[in-house]
Amino acid sequence: MSADAGNKHAGAPVSARLGIWAFLATELLLFGGLFTAYTVFRISYPDLFHLQHLKLNRILGASNTVILLTSSLSMALAIAAIRQGQRKLMEIGVATTLFCGACFLGIKYLEWSEDFARGLFPRSNLFFGLYFVMTGLHGLHVILGMAVMVWLLIKGRQGVFSGDYNTPVEITGLYWHFVDIIWIYLFPLFYLVG
Amino acid sequence: MDHAPEATAGHHGSYLAEKTLRSWALTLDHKRIGVLYICTTLFFFLVGGVVALLLRLKLLTPGPALFSDHTYNVLFTIHGAIMIFLFVIPAIPSSLGNFFIPLMIGARDVVFPRLNLFSYWCFVAGIVVILGSLVSPMDTGWTFYTPYSEQTSAAVTVLSGGLFLVGLSSILTGLNFIVTIHTMRAPGMTWYRMPLFIWAMYATSVIQVLATPVIGITFILLAAERVLGIGFFDPAKGGDPLLFQHFFWFYSHPVVYVMILPAMGIISEVVPVFSRKPIFGYRAIAYSALAIAFIGFLVWGHHMFVSGMGTLAGIVFSFLTFFVAVPTGVKIFNWIATLYRGSISLDSPMLYALTFIFLFIIGGLTGLFLGSLATDVHVHDTYFLVAHFHYTMMGGTVMGLFAGLHYWFPKVTGRMLNEKLAKYAWGLILVGFNLTFFPMFILGMQGMPRRYAEYPAKYQGLNIVATVGSWVLALGVFLMFLNFIRSLRRGGLAPDNPWRGLTLEWSTSSPPPEENFAEIPTVSEWPYNYGEKPERRTEGKRER
Amino acid sequence: MAAYRNYLLVWLALLVLTGATVAISYFELGLWNAGAALFIASVKGTLVALYFMHLRYEVKLVLGFAVFPLFILALLIVGTLMDNLFR
Repeated sequence: MSADAGNKHAGAPVSARLGIWAFLATELLLFGGLFTAYTVFRISYPDLFHLQHLKLNRILGASNTVILLTSSLSMALAIAAIRQGQRKLMEIGVATTLFCGACFLGIKYLEWSEDFARGLFPRSNLFFGLYFVMTGLHGLHVILGMAVMVWLLIKGRQGVFSGDYNTPVEITGLYWHFVDIIWIYLFPLFYLVG
Repeated sequence: MDHAPEATAGHHGSYLAEKTLRSWALTLDHKRIGVLYICTTLFFFLVGGVVALLLRLKLLTPGPALFSDHTYNVLFTIHGAIMIFLFVIPAIPSSLGNFFIPLMIGARDVVFPRLNLFSYWCFVAGIVVILGSLVSPMDTGWTFYTPYSEQTSAAVTVLSGGLFLVGLSSILTGLNFIVTIHTMRAPGMTWYRMPLFIWAMYATSVIQVLATPVIGITFILLAAERVLGIGFFDPAKGGDPLLFQHFFWFYSHPVVYVMILPAMGIISEVVPVFSRKPIFGYRAIAYSALAIAFIGFLVWGHHMFVSGMGTLAGIVFSFLTFFVAVPTGVKIFNWIATLYRGSISLDSPMLYALTFIFLFIIGGLTGLFLGSLATDVHVHDTYFLVAHFHYTMMGGTVMGLFAGLHYWFPKVTGRMLNEKLAKYAWGLILVGFNLTFFPMFILGMQGMPRRYAEYPAKYQGLNIVATVGSWVLALGVFLMFLNFIRSLRRGGLAPDNPWRGLTLEWSTSSPPPEENFAEIPTVSEWPYNYGEKPERRTEGKRER
Repeated sequence: MAAYRNYLLVWLALLVLTGATVAISYFELGLWNAGAALFIASVKGTLVALYFMHLRYEVKLVLGFAVFPLFILALLIVGTLMDNLFR
């Protein structure tokens, strides 16, 4: 009855995968409350949402989407690399991901400071309240992910990870992809269809 | 039994052997973490209980007395918040669950021991922050309904942060248990050979992982509203206060099953052991735990019938609420069927288990009155609800916890409780509990609203009964704790299996060694083969 | 190497979809704007989950852990809307 029976999976043990997926379930419902609030207010105030969303910069949002998607790619490649024992390649992948994360936050910072300069604050209206809270919470997750990746790089330098042991890399990757998926939804909801 | 030698011969190599503070604070042993939780939660049970006694004392007279109305509001908020968040929710899962899940499935520890320790300290950090909020204590009631909770000068933001940490701890504990139950079972322990307590804890953990984040985000939003001035829940800013209630109850209804399911799991363990009969309807009990957990996610709206929710939603939520009664009834009938013709011994764990069944039937059935849209409109926010809630939570969860504490005390501490004292305490608790809370059903039906510091004089008679009952109840609880503390030192040394139980925790020593089992056991049958084997029992019937 | 190539293909598909959803947003299609954007986002999310997160090659149990929470999230949204839309 062991859950590992019929494991088609080369990487982390099933306990670690179940653990991180259960954690992602929690994260999903944490953001889920916000998505629910978005749906409710979007339906109640369609005009407000339409007018306000035009104030966001679509191109910057799209760039950030591309950056995060690329970071997911580099993370996936890093995991594939370490599974084959290629430490150097893994480090390059993680470092690229880290770099993309930093770019994402940089652009986010530019957007926010422009919003503040134009007098758009969380309290301005419900749309911007949701926008700042949701992208803010998402940004916190990006920062957290980046912190873990710095740790991965340090451990990687010490030669901790190998083709046989790479669970932390894979777990971090799953978390990072999840954060990416959240953004995949945030981007159209705020920038495109508001 | 009494006057056992002070030397703890049985403690050699036990998980209790090391005594330094550090060995407790940084332990990765699930048993020690469980004990830390037991002590922490029981401490807050006493704190919340003392506050409740103060409230009851004030309600002895209808008019102003003892303290101001504002203090009354603060005290009932503290009572509710402490009892719910710091006692009832973690009381069984984090404490007894932590201690016994690995033991009952034949594992050496939970799957993520360090995460387990982190959960505990996260819980403690949350408590510290919550205590910090007492500088400007809450007066909102434990539900923190908006928009008042946005306007009050109380430290709502700080409290939200503390509760967020407590919630995180709850989530991580649940996550740990789910993965532990999936991956750490002893060889041969299939799902249908698991003790029912494990099934119950599994269902509980699923709720903790999936419902708690929603209250997490609610607290984040509440804090954000106060700090940043957003208006999601503030009608003046276009927000919707009912949205807060939806979020709040999306967590807080399922979480009552986080409170009650583990207690039901304990009852499912205690009843067959003390009836010397195989549990009746094993699979039905196991599946009903999952069913309760699942249906629990569908019924949150029944807390909002009179708060302006739409009629359609009211009807649907009311209808769905009735379904919870089905798996609950399945459990009750199966326990009673287990009792039927068993050779019952009324030791203290069994007394509490029977009390659970008795009180929970009352609590559960009165829940149907409240779940039904039409009657709820009349008894909502009256003492009827207070009575119902305490019959399920104190009559249910707390009695289940007491049953578990008496049942497993020998295993946890290596000492036997004084049975006579335990029975006196039980008698006082049973009488005191019913004296305190049964009158509230009547008061509620007569229309006495809850949460008011004063009440019309015509309600005084039953209020006096309730207040006197609270003293009897307090005396019983006091005796019980006295018994715990006294037995820690002076109780007789416990044998490995004092109740002749068949679940795995009884196959190791009392208290268990640090690694739980010298050798990981192999399981070949379910743990409920008490008394005669089922085949032989049918033969016996024919002869008669 | 085959694995690397697959990841690159998925990434390209994700970029194309991002371009498509931005392009669509410049047309006024009423409700279809939201529908198309959410549909494309879901396709992208599924791609990430299936390939980058390896769900395609996962055991059933882990797959269940990934899918079941979506159902609970749907309950939260549907239950709340059931009140908000018909109040």
